[in-house]
Amino acid sequence: MNVPDNLRYAESHEWILVEGDTGTVGITDHAQAELTDIVFAEPPAIGKPVKAGEVAAVVESVKAASDIYSPVSGEVTGRNEAVEKDPALLNTDPFGAGWIYKVRLSNPAELEALKDPAAYRAQIGA
Amino acid sequence: MRTPLYDSHVAAGGRMVDFAGWEMPVQYSGILDEHRTVREAVGVFDISHMGEFFISGQGACAWLDSLLTNRAGSLKPGEAQYSLMLNEGGGVIDDLIVYRLAGDEFLLIVNAAKIDEDAAWMKGRLAAGVVFENRSADFAALAVQGPASGSVYEKLFGGPMPAERNRVVELGEGFVVTTGYTGEKGFEWVIPAAEAPGAWERVLACGAKPCGLGARDTLRLEMCYPLNGSDLSPGHSPLEAGLGLFVDFSKPAFPGRAALLAQKTAGVTCRLCALKAMEKSPPWRPHYPVLVGGDVVGETTSGALSPSLGCGIAMAYLPAALSQPGQEAAIEIRGKTFRACVQKKPIYQKPS
Repeated sequence: MNVPDNLRYAESHEWILVEGDTGTVGITDHAQAELTDIVFAEPPAIGKPVKAGEVAAVVESVKAASDIYSPVSGEVTGRNEAVEKDPALLNTDPFGAGWIYKVRLSNPAELEALKDPAAYRAQIGA
Repeated sequence: MRTPLYDSHVAAGGRMVDFAGWEMPVQYSGILDEHRTVREAVGVFDISHMGEFFISGQGACAWLDSLLTNRAGSLKPGEAQYSLMLNEGGGVIDDLIVYRLAGDEFLLIVNAAKIDEDAAWMKGRLAAGVVFENRSADFAALAVQGPASGSVYEKLFGGPMPAERNRVVELGEGFVVTTGYTGEKGFEWVIPAAEAPGAWERVLACGAKPCGLGARDTLRLEMCYPLNGSDLSPGHSPLEAGLGLFVDFSKPAFPGRAALLAQKTAGVTCRLCALKAMEKSPPWRPHYPVLVGGDVVGETTSGALSPSLGCGIAMAYLPAALSQPGQEAAIEIRGKTFRACVQKKPIYQKPS
């Protein structure tokens, strides 16, 4: 299972890539493998405020709907329309083309509460 | 509980989930892939969790006809039919397949979740001379389904698959029947439990791909085959469910007959309708509200993304006045509504 070293991870299987004051959020390889065939993704609207640990987006597989929790608080500055059109990107490229939204961090200290790659690997037994 | 194929599923990469108390594979390669395999090639499902009842003895046929909605007496040996077991109010206890093996010898295949209830219900009504045996634990069953199922049949049994549906062939201690729950050609192979792992391997070696309950559900829903416990329930009659074809009113008596007759005379107040999405929406699921003109008029009993059509499909009991194909409706998903339309059944028609 792929767990890139340059990301931080939420226990609920989201990843965040931080560049300056902006984070890019998606779901992990482990999460997409558990969900399997993802057929629907609804990234949040630009401008929407999100809170760490609260629902920011929804993805659905054939079998189940799954809430995506924002790893950090802030304001949505970008949404990946490509995953709305082709939700399977979440399966095929979860750390790349399958990103879900971008957020301007309002409290970067929240990043400390997220897991580093080693801790996340331990969580999923990778 | 586990079927005799539990280890085979795990070995094949099956993702095991609870289904009516059974640890069953929901999928192997993925529901979409398995669905497509059955529509285009051939797949195999473990249906060993389902129940097998054997009915024999003098008067067995007449006894079944006094209990179930369809007429077992119309079957020739080697034929099968869909039938229903009702409560006195005309509500559905279970739906099942009745196979006539010989004159007064029948095999009934019932839903896994209902084995104990059905067996108790039947035994409580046993007639003199009739022998009822619940042999669910003795038998396993495989459903081989898809346009290429005939080639699997030929490789397994050395002869052509019967062209007609609902045909039963006895093979050693098992049975092969041309029935299924997918809308595709195929057969179900009922075998002694101990032989199941070997039979599973042979079916795979003949080219069938393992398929799980997830694809079984989307395949049957595209065909509008009802699932007991979801689309059928003690609170709804077969007439409301659109299964009147399987109720033989010319029989003098069976549980529920009087209630159904009254319903038939008065007209049903609701019908199990097929619905299809008219715009892009999240996948449909069971228990989503169905609206007409802004009012909630029902809820989906089954709902899914149709892998064949690429849109939401569902079944729902709707008021009779709103049940005709073409009726516009909406499905509510997380507070938003999405346009839907009542369809003629089945929702999916195989391209000819």
